[in-house]
Amino acid sequence: MGATPRRRAVITGVGVTAPGGQGIKAFWNLLTDGRTATRRISFFDPAPFRSQVAAEVDFDPELCGLTPQEIRRMDRAAQFAVVTAREAVADSGLAFEAIDPRRTGVTIGSAVGATMGLDEEYRTVSDGGRLEHVDHTYAVPHLYNYMVPSSFAAEVAWAVGAEGPATVVSTGCTSGLDAVGYAADLVREGTADVMIAGATDAPISPITVACFDAIKATTPRNDDAEHASRPFDASRNGFVLGEGSAVFVLEDLEHARARGARIYAEVAGFATRSNAFHMTGLRPDGTEMAEAIRVALDEARLNPEDLDYINAHGSGTKQNDRHETAAFKRSLGGHAYRTPVSSIKSMVGHSLGAIGSIEIAASVLAMVHNVVPPTANLHTPDPECDLDYVPLTARDQLTDAVLSVGSGFGGFQSAIVLARPDREPR
Amino acid sequence: MTGRTLVTGLGVVAPTGLGVEEYWAATLAGRGAIRRITRFDPSSYPSRLAGEITGFDAAAHLPNRLLPQTDRMTRLSLVAADWAFADAGVAPAELPDYDVGVITASHSGGFEFGQNELRALWSKGGQHVSAYQSFAWFYAVNSGQISIRGGLRGPSSVVVSDQAGGLDALAQARRQIRKGTSVVISGAVDASLCPWGWVAQLTSGRLSTRDDPRHAYLPFDERAAGHVPGEGGALLVLEAEQHARERGARVYGEIAGHASTVDPRPGSDRTPTFQHAVELALADAGSDPGDIDVVFADAAAVPELDRAEAEAITKVFGVRGVPVTVPKTTTGRLYSGAAPLDLAAALLSIRDGVIPATTGSRLSPAYDIDLVTDTPRPAPVRTALVLARGHGGFNSALVVRAADTPTHGRKA
Repeated sequence: MGATPRRRAVITGVGVTAPGGQGIKAFWNLLTDGRTATRRISFFDPAPFRSQVAAEVDFDPELCGLTPQEIRRMDRAAQFAVVTAREAVADSGLAFEAIDPRRTGVTIGSAVGATMGLDEEYRTVSDGGRLEHVDHTYAVPHLYNYMVPSSFAAEVAWAVGAEGPATVVSTGCTSGLDAVGYAADLVREGTADVMIAGATDAPISPITVACFDAIKATTPRNDDAEHASRPFDASRNGFVLGEGSAVFVLEDLEHARARGARIYAEVAGFATRSNAFHMTGLRPDGTEMAEAIRVALDEARLNPEDLDYINAHGSGTKQNDRHETAAFKRSLGGHAYRTPVSSIKSMVGHSLGAIGSIEIAASVLAMVHNVVPPTANLHTPDPECDLDYVPLTARDQLTDAVLSVGSGFGGFQSAIVLARPDREPR
Repeated sequence: MTGRTLVTGLGVVAPTGLGVEEYWAATLAGRGAIRRITRFDPSSYPSRLAGEITGFDAAAHLPNRLLPQTDRMTRLSLVAADWAFADAGVAPAELPDYDVGVITASHSGGFEFGQNELRALWSKGGQHVSAYQSFAWFYAVNSGQISIRGGLRGPSSVVVSDQAGGLDALAQARRQIRKGTSVVISGAVDASLCPWGWVAQLTSGRLSTRDDPRHAYLPFDERAAGHVPGEGGALLVLEAEQHARERGARVYGEIAGHASTVDPRPGSDRTPTFQHAVELALADAGSDPGDIDVVFADAAAVPELDRAEAEAITKVFGVRGVPVTVPKTTTGRLYSGAAPLDLAAALLSIRDGVIPATTGSRLSPAYDIDLVTDTPRPAPVRTALVLARGHGGFNSALVVRAADTPTHGRKA
């Protein structure tokens, strides 16, 4: 391979739209205060449903700079992605006039695409479910863009001026990790110099709530919405649906250095594996997630002992939190007990495909501030979840390398390793 | 990192044929499957034709327990995957752990399944929504179900880039093979022929409203007036060269090059990027334009899109510089399934030394391309280019070539 140095993908810009406030600052304040953004659903009357709580974003698209036509043609999830991508680009200081748009790509993760728009439009064209032969004369002109969520990647590309490879990565609840892992590969192999990569989802609609009700995946703790998301706690009984987006500017390390960019972290390792077991079930031993973690660490050239923090999937379902705990022990050995592990889903809920990117954002901010966010609502640990989950309060912690993991329907298990680019390789 | 990625198995589910040989025989004979929709009564809609798959009996191929939890496109995918592995002579369960992955493209997920559950929700209430809705409609479902059925524990993914997605999935599969996975099944199968899917597709503004199947989808023809949608696609077994050679696999060809781009925002004064995608894919393959023996065009059959594609082909290959064909005039456009099916056709062209025809189209004098029309054209085919474009400005191009082509002097 000659003298060409290995290309490395680094994060130089971060944008976040999460429950509890727009932008990085509000997000980080919420997390480090250990406050929660879960509440009774306000978007529609949740009374007919088993689970009536969610982590909603108070989002005003006009205040966030979208034009009336952009607002009309984009589903809420696309709006999140565009606003958040612009924030990330602004944060990166990247002057788009100065770079080659054809060397700039986009990968946006989303589990359920424009599900809110589809739910609403179906209701209209079917006249509230009355018509089996739905009436096309009532369809909005951009319904095709709701049907096919690659419209999200196109919107982000148009918003930032990217003309390189663009796609949506849709692997359920690991989409937000997988989209960033995909982008890092494109930067490393030289297909792109800059990738706008992240994820978005806005699933808080009747159809989503109903489908998770049907399998009792979401919590029925409706009388205590603020404390409804309880990862690793003995009393946990399901996840809390959330929404939001996080988007990053990823670029080749040399490209970033040449323009004097602030470098948050390197996407040092990524891997995904499948459990090939069940569309919604998990084997308790965590074998496949452990394998993904091992491969990601190997790619990052790090040992388990190098990890300072683990950002958990921690959804708050009975089976997930045990599965994941087993995976950490299996892959990291004794270091699993010595590393702080936390789940921000306790505060911002589970935004399906978006959460993986939102958790990467939390991990990046942990490295910036050397503070690990807590697991809120963790009062009574489940005896089968016996790691250090940083209950209730944030913790000062030198953080040079972070593991973030995701697990989702379809059996997908993903792991990403973030590290300071100037670390000593093993 | 430097080994080649070979195609060793094909699984085809197309309106014109179930299985590789049935599809290929129909394609060479120019037998079309576009007809008035039978799945639902289309009379109230402005477009009424589609390429439907007929004679597919899911229960004959899949266990009963899978039927209530799967959309039609997932059932077709599972069968296509079975056939592709059988064609490759690969039994995934016999390979080492994590050595087989699945990377598919999706267009609209299990849209019909979603339609039925939305109807249950709004007509009867939330408690009537199926326990399977949480995964049966979402875009990742085919990869997940294929992984479970075959015991595939390697890298899995799902990409969505409208009709260009099928090629992007194959490129991502090649990427995983280069990183060390031995086998990845990849491609796409789509189906959304239901009233709700139809209404959503109509809003693209690109559907033909003609009622005569022979004149409904005529790309590069003066009569072009939109496309006819279809259902189906192809899944292909991609394999690391060394792995395929060691087991003495029959090889269809090599995935030699790929590139994808997205066009500037509509109304922008910047140049569209389709031609650039073609040039990048050739460069990635280490191929010159003169090496390409046939182009499988995207063929939107929307006049301005046909013109853009014809111009890009002419700029890269010269006036009538390369045979161009569109076998999908017989199947309709299969969304993300279309390009993987074209890729299967390209590999069969390499195998049999024949270029299938663009059945039905007469080349418009406005385009300086060598469109293969009427009857298949015998020709030695060693290298083929497959093109795909998606709504929103997605462009993807993929080069395949005969696997016995020497790699000397080429970028591996």
